[in-house]
Amino acid sequence: MTTVEEQRTAAEPPPESPQPVGLGLIGWLRWMWRQLTSMRTALLLLLLLAVLAVPGSLFPQRNIDQVAVARYFEDNPASAPWLDRLSLFDVYSSPWFSAVYLLLFISLVGCVLPRTKVHLANLRQAPPRTPARLARLPEHRAVQVDAPPAAVLEAARAVLRARRYRTADFTDARGASLAGQRGELRETGNLLFHLSLVGVLIAIGVGGLYGYRAQMIVQQGKAYANSVAAYDSWDPGALVDSAALPPFAFTLDALHVAFDEDATGNQFGAPRSFSADVTLIDAPGDAPQQRQIRVNEPLRAGGASVYLAGNGYAPVVTVRDAAGNVVFSQGTPFLVQDADYTSTGVIKIPGPGDDLGLQGLLLPTVSADPAGVPVSTFPDLRNPEVLFFAYTGDLGIDDGVPQNVYELDTSRMQRVTSPDGQPLRFAMKVGETYQLPNGLGSVTLDRIDRYAGFTVRHDPARAAALISSMLAIVGLTASLFVPRRRLWVRAAPASSGSGGTAGGTLLEVGALARSEDHGLAAEADAVLAAVLARLPSSSPERTPGQQSSRDTDKTQSPPRQEEP
Amino acid sequence: MSVDESLASASNALVYSAMAVYTLALGASTMDLAALGDRASARMRKKQQGKSQQMSAGVAGGGGTATVVRTSASEEPISLAEDGASRKVARIAVSLTVLALLLHIGGVVTRGLSAHRAPWGNMYEFSVTGTSVVVLVYLLVLTRRDVRWLSTFVLAPVLLSLGLAVAVFYTDSAPLVPALQSYWLVIHVSVAFISISLFVLAFSTTVLQLVQERREIKRAAGETLGAGRFMEALPTSTDLEKLSYRLIAISFPLWGFTLVAGAIWAEVAWGRYWNWDPKEVWTFIIWVVYAAYLHARATGGWNGRRAAYLSMAGFACIIINYVVVNVFFPGNHSYAGIG
Ligand code: HEM
Repeated sequence: MTTVEEQRTAAEPPPESPQPVGLGLIGWLRWMWRQLTSMRTALLLLLLLAVLAVPGSLFPQRNIDQVAVARYFEDNPASAPWLDRLSLFDVYSSPWFSAVYLLLFISLVGCVLPRTKVHLANLRQAPPRTPARLARLPEHRAVQVDAPPAAVLEAARAVLRARRYRTADFTDARGASLAGQRGELRETGNLLFHLSLVGVLIAIGVGGLYGYRAQMIVQQGKAYANSVAAYDSWDPGALVDSAALPPFAFTLDALHVAFDEDATGNQFGAPRSFSADVTLIDAPGDAPQQRQIRVNEPLRAGGASVYLAGNGYAPVVTVRDAAGNVVFSQGTPFLVQDADYTSTGVIKIPGPGDDLGLQGLLLPTVSADPAGVPVSTFPDLRNPEVLFFAYTGDLGIDDGVPQNVYELDTSRMQRVTSPDGQPLRFAMKVGETYQLPNGLGSVTLDRIDRYAGFTVRHDPARAAALISSMLAIVGLTASLFVPRRRLWVRAAPASSGSGGTAGGTLLEVGALARSEDHGLAAEADAVLAAVLARLPSSSPERTPGQQSSRDTDKTQSPPRQEEP
Repeated sequence: MSVDESLASASNALVYSAMAVYTLALGASTMDLAALGDRASARMRKKQQGKSQQMSAGVAGGGGTATVVRTSASEEPISLAEDGASRKVARIAVSLTVLALLLHIGGVVTRGLSAHRAPWGNMYEFSVTGTSVVVLVYLLVLTRRDVRWLSTFVLAPVLLSLGLAVAVFYTDSAPLVPALQSYWLVIHVSVAFISISLFVLAFSTTVLQLVQERREIKRAAGETLGAGRFMEALPTSTDLEKLSYRLIAISFPLWGFTLVAGAIWAEVAWGRYWNWDPKEVWTFIIWVVYAAYLHARATGGWNGRRAAYLSMAGFACIIINYVVVNVFFPGNHSYAGIG
């Protein structure tokens, strides 16, 4: 299209860089560098980046959902390991994705730094000399005025300065003229935009190295002190000092949840509001403060942020041995499995002899489905019931190997059976006690507490990422919308042959766009109008800007060649 | 807070009425376009004469003091030179569009009021609100330039999306899940709407640009042009290309803002401003493809047509992001509310 040629910037190498012939290593390197930093390469790398980002949305990703990846491996045992070898489950940290964006950014820096140099030099340069024939420019205006040339130029200077042109004076055979150039902000914006993208990338990298992310479950009424020991999962960046976490602590006083009880269809039971009341102590010795954490309203403490990421139920169970001594009494968080908060969990009770293990299924609002199987039909605790299976044997806790607290390793345990030989399965309501067979003791379901899942996140470069991306948008906007223009005003003594009053001035305005610019004609009109307005005696018969080239031929006196 | 059922059903009625009036407007604008095409082809035959007149305008000069001689090469006749009173049908089409938009906005507002929140909490609401923004943006462009020829190519996709919304995406009005209860929903999504609307308009003008270019090439080769005489009434492919570019240039920073606002919200909601969730991935892809479009336009050797293919690819990504990702890819953004 028409604008392509004008668009290319000075710093860009020609599209067909000549092949280096016999230039040796340096020549080749220089040639490769020029290729890498060419606009065409940037374009291809951008497209490649877009294409390579796609598979990450098609395959489950480890960074988002490990469980989904594991399921994919189960469902596709043949292909999954191959896909894994191609990093298709870690697309955004894969070597090939990283290679493309790193190349792109190298290309960007290689492209932008020389352009910055050129641009800085440009900023100091005077506008270019006035062309001999202003009439050849895309926009040209000519009018005769009474004022002397010097006054016209002074008026023009004031007008151009007010319109943020840098100006320079020239004089040639045709008379004195003023050259103006504006819109350097466009290129400044473009450079700011590209460099800010580098800033964003660096901020993301720094955040990855020095940031951390942790998760933990806190039961209602329990306290939590920020330290690695308190976390259920801990995902630090490579350079995080895990001994120096901010020393805040809080108690989960209450957890409020609300689910939709009115809606019909798939909105029934949908979550409507979650919030946690906590008592925060910023650092040991500080006064406690009451705070609330909600979804979308994290708690900011000690440079870290605490998010309410989930919630669920923790049945509080007391287990007594055959003699009636309490051997276990506490709440155990169960993991939520579905939208109706069907939850599963295990309770591990190490014994002096055999250990006891309880596998539980919690149904917050139990009712029987058409086949008679108990299911949960609402996520809140309307009619809770917990189903247990019991195991005895060796829990494996003493082996010293860390265990998953949500799973029971039954490889060295036996299922407890009821007297009729069936596997034992018992359902309990709150307040009930169940006597286990074979002198194993009793189980009491005291109550069901809520727990909150919190995510703790620290990212020291978060603000830098935000500022860089905002600068990028600001730069981009300038780069797209600030017009780059050159404009010349010439004031020549009117020659007697041109039909004007002797002693007058021929005022010419010529304008040239140096970027996508649909306002150039209006600019030329506006400049001319402003100059005329500043001239004392001149009273033009018609205001420029009201006529266009389309109607010129209809309304004006016989056409006349302006230049001899 | 519970849902006001009477407002919810009023909203549905308004949306259906809007669709009916849009259909009439579409009919009128299509008739106008056909008539324009007929007149334009008649004009084509007289074109030679017109051309020589314009040439003389370029060097015309006026005598007399303070008569401005004006030479302009850069003004674009994007709006059609010839229309005026003869385009009664077009005026009817615009009036109908305004009426339909008022009904449409009524439907959006009542939907929001019925659930006491911004009416963009699920896909049905995205579609209904988003299409109203498309029409609004079109009408706003119309106040500055006569782009009535574009009407058919705006109303047809709008009606299609509304049809899809009421037939496939429909969800009863309901309050929001906690993850969406944030003023960032209002900021992030409303800017996304404006941006997508501009991309939709740019897509229409890009398709027209490519069709027009084909016709121009054929005509230059002396081939007979088949169907589609209405294209004669439209601007040249060069002007269409400039218009597409301008729409995309406005939209692209807005899309960047959508992306950043989404990241800020993600930080507030999930503790991670960027997690490569499918919705984030596709938002990023769209942004990169349009960045490639802007680069392509500035790259030597890439003409308007090749850049146009990129802008169409960008639009395809928008559709994928909207329909495919919302419905089929699970992620943090799974709130389409369908099913
Ligand atoms: C992360 C990768 C990049 C992104 C997202 C990106 C994005 C953009 C965008 C959106 C524009 C349009 C703004 C405008 O027209 O002023 C632009 C312009 C430009 N970019 Fe990039 N860019 C990237 C890398 C590069 C690289 C590697 C180069 C060097 C080869 C480059 C050179 C340019 C130039 C010269 C322009 C100005 C074009 C014009 O005058 O219109 N960019 N870039």
